[in-house]
Amino acid sequence: MKKVKFAVALGAAFIVLILLQMLLVPKYMLHSQEGALIGEYYDNAGSNDVIFIGDCEVYENFSPITLWEKYGITSYIRGSAQQTIWQSYYLLEETLRYETPKVVVFNVLSMKYDTPESTGSQSRREAYNRMTLDTMRWSSSKWNAIRASMTQEEKEKEALLTYIFPILRYHDRWSRLTREDLTYWFGRDTVSHNGYLMQAGIKPFQAAFQEPPLADYSFGENSWNYLEKMRCLCEKRGVQLVLIKAPSLSPVWWEQWDAQIEEYAKQHNLLYINMLDHQREIGLDWTTDTYDAGLHLNVYGAEKASAWLGKLLADKCHVPDRRDDETLAAAWSEKAARYYEQKRRLENEKN
Amino acid sequence: MSFISYSFLLFAAILLVIYYSIPARGQWLLLLGASYCFYAQSGIENLVFILLTTASTYIAARLIYRAQAACDRKTAKRRSRIWLWLCLGIHFGLLALCKVRFTFQNVLLPMGISFYMFQSMGYVLDVYRGSIHPERNPFKLALFVSYFPQLVQGPISKYQELAPQLLGQRCYNGKQVSFGLQRMLWGYFKKLVIADRIAVAVLALKGPEHTGLAFLVLSCFYAIQIYGDFTGGIDIAIGLSEALGITLPENFVRPFFSKNIAEYWRRWHITLGRWMKEYVFYSVSVSAPMRRLSKSARKKWPKFGKRLPVYAATFATWFCTGIWHGITPNFLLWGMLNGLVIVISEELTPLYQKFHSRFPWKSKPWYGALEMLRMFLLMNLIRIVDLFPNVGECFRRLGTVFTPASVPFLELGLGVVDYGILICGCAVMLCVSILQEKKGSVRQLLWQRAGLRYAVVLGLLLAVLLMGSYGIGYDAGNFIYNQF
Repeated sequence: MKKVKFAVALGAAFIVLILLQMLLVPKYMLHSQEGALIGEYYDNAGSNDVIFIGDCEVYENFSPITLWEKYGITSYIRGSAQQTIWQSYYLLEETLRYETPKVVVFNVLSMKYDTPESTGSQSRREAYNRMTLDTMRWSSSKWNAIRASMTQEEKEKEALLTYIFPILRYHDRWSRLTREDLTYWFGRDTVSHNGYLMQAGIKPFQAAFQEPPLADYSFGENSWNYLEKMRCLCEKRGVQLVLIKAPSLSPVWWEQWDAQIEEYAKQHNLLYINMLDHQREIGLDWTTDTYDAGLHLNVYGAEKASAWLGKLLADKCHVPDRRDDETLAAAWSEKAARYYEQKRRLENEKN
Repeated sequence: MSFISYSFLLFAAILLVIYYSIPARGQWLLLLGASYCFYAQSGIENLVFILLTTASTYIAARLIYRAQAACDRKTAKRRSRIWLWLCLGIHFGLLALCKVRFTFQNVLLPMGISFYMFQSMGYVLDVYRGSIHPERNPFKLALFVSYFPQLVQGPISKYQELAPQLLGQRCYNGKQVSFGLQRMLWGYFKKLVIADRIAVAVLALKGPEHTGLAFLVLSCFYAIQIYGDFTGGIDIAIGLSEALGITLPENFVRPFFSKNIAEYWRRWHITLGRWMKEYVFYSVSVSAPMRRLSKSARKKWPKFGKRLPVYAATFATWFCTGIWHGITPNFLLWGMLNGLVIVISEELTPLYQKFHSRFPWKSKPWYGALEMLRMFLLMNLIRIVDLFPNVGECFRRLGTVFTPASVPFLELGLGVVDYGILICGCAVMLCVSILQEKKGSVRQLLWQRAGLRYAVVLGLLLAVLLMGSYGIGYDAGNFIYNQF
């Protein structure tokens, strides 16, 4: 009887803790939606010919719906806020467990960060780590991504355990819970369109961003290592790796950086496209195609950038047109309907 | 490895499982290995200090014992005394050196050095006094010196009460393990929910802009912080040890219920007080110079002369207690203030007795509460000297206590929710203390009511988990007494 009581108490405690954890973790449904992106992939895995990997410059600058509608390219964006190259590598490693795409498009901006500390303040980095890693499914890739991403403070506070039991990280959120937490306690909505986070606002680009010149433009050893690992992984799995620099005016993409990537691409026979050099061909109008004065594209800019890149992927990488596949066409038609509905809604809100 | 780290919890859990799984005769060796692993986590170089202490303690105790066996009593006494003083000199010299480097060069003290050195010296003194036989097996002595739950902040145990338990064989006892874990949980509650939360406000109130009433608030907040911090750490140590089947001596018995300073020091940091009483107070009060002083004083003042050696020994004891905490002037002052209040209280005893015979309020509950409040405030004022290495600054602030100034409670780094948690947390601590004072062990009371027990444990667990000041975003530090 004593043992039964103990087992019941233990079970009850376990259930309470699980429910509390579900309540306390951030939901990223209404605010900071970037945090929900990584976890949305798993329902869409398995049928993508192109996988985008990178930071906000991929999940805000490319629209898979446009790629589908214009070229029949199936794609997914595995992007997250300030995603570092080591996170990109492990996300790619994880993605290749679910599917083998024809092309992986990697945005090279994150090469500028060589260590977790170099990305900015530790608390900000930690918040970004959480947004990328918390919703990743458990695998050796997630484990390694966490270990590679932890800041000094996280290491000192043994935060590895808090990724396993997020309640230990978010234990004090009970005093800041909002209606969002209660609404999405037991289930989440889909906020992205195959990893694309739509923005419909317009804030024109006004003046060139001034960033002080750097003392040293060489990318760090760690960044090169992960790029090399990414290349080897793609080569091993027979996937074509395409390097891009997405069309964002800030942060500055220095010529010296560009030259290093170009050299690397040439050396390994990779396709590298700096889309900043093709702004006119893409048709970008920085008075209407950005929602934050040139940092990221809005939906109009993203559609233009995707249309341009899609042609290149179809022509140079021979990514097939799948529009004849009825099952895929039906699924993408549903996605497109949701996409346009949100676009309309955002436009209405704007007006 | 701090008690408030995840690795410690994992370490303790793994140890408990292995401890009760292996043959009982090997348990002490496991504890020795675990203690050294635990200590090595604080820095491999710190192992040098503990190994040196263990080796010299072992050798000194053996040499003293051998010297005492000499045929000639005088020679035996002389030789054993030489070994004793040599051993005390080496250890206290090393401790003093470490404290000097800590104070003036900011070199961290080897973890728990004050605690394990005092425990070891207590052992050597007991061997010298013939109270115990020295341990033959150096590894068994090593376990007594390094037993990890009490290594970092006590309690300071005596060899005769701890060694037999450490070297004995234990079987799994569900009730004992459960009691131990419950006590650990209670310790985490005090440390993480209360002490580390209020620590933020204490730090803010130390700022030079806070004078007047804020200084009194600081003294009260610091009292709560140090109580939660120190007793919390001790609860974790005693609780873990209890789960391992080893009973450590109590270090606190609800000290804020004390009605006078002597009682307070019988309830607060009991094992250090016991050590000081047995090895400093008694030694000083019966020493030859003190006997001479007493003799000459009695000739001049027959009544006071009798008490003079006791007072001198009291001051000597408090001087040592102050030094033990730190070699800065504030700790010396803190020690002397305690000694002074004890002596004044003793001298005023006849006056109190007259007062109580004239006004028979002593048995009234309200008078008892008043006495406790008086004691709480007095000890807060003495304790606040801890916080200010600059004694002049401390007195300057004290001088402003009666000047009008508001306390900006919401600008101290704590929000309304934090104050709510603190008030509730302190209320829970008070209720538990009252229950313990009136009915004894709360865990024992709950043991008969399984449902209530599970509810209390789950509630406490949730309180620690959800309201604890731990993890990213919190600056809560280590235990205050780890620095000694």
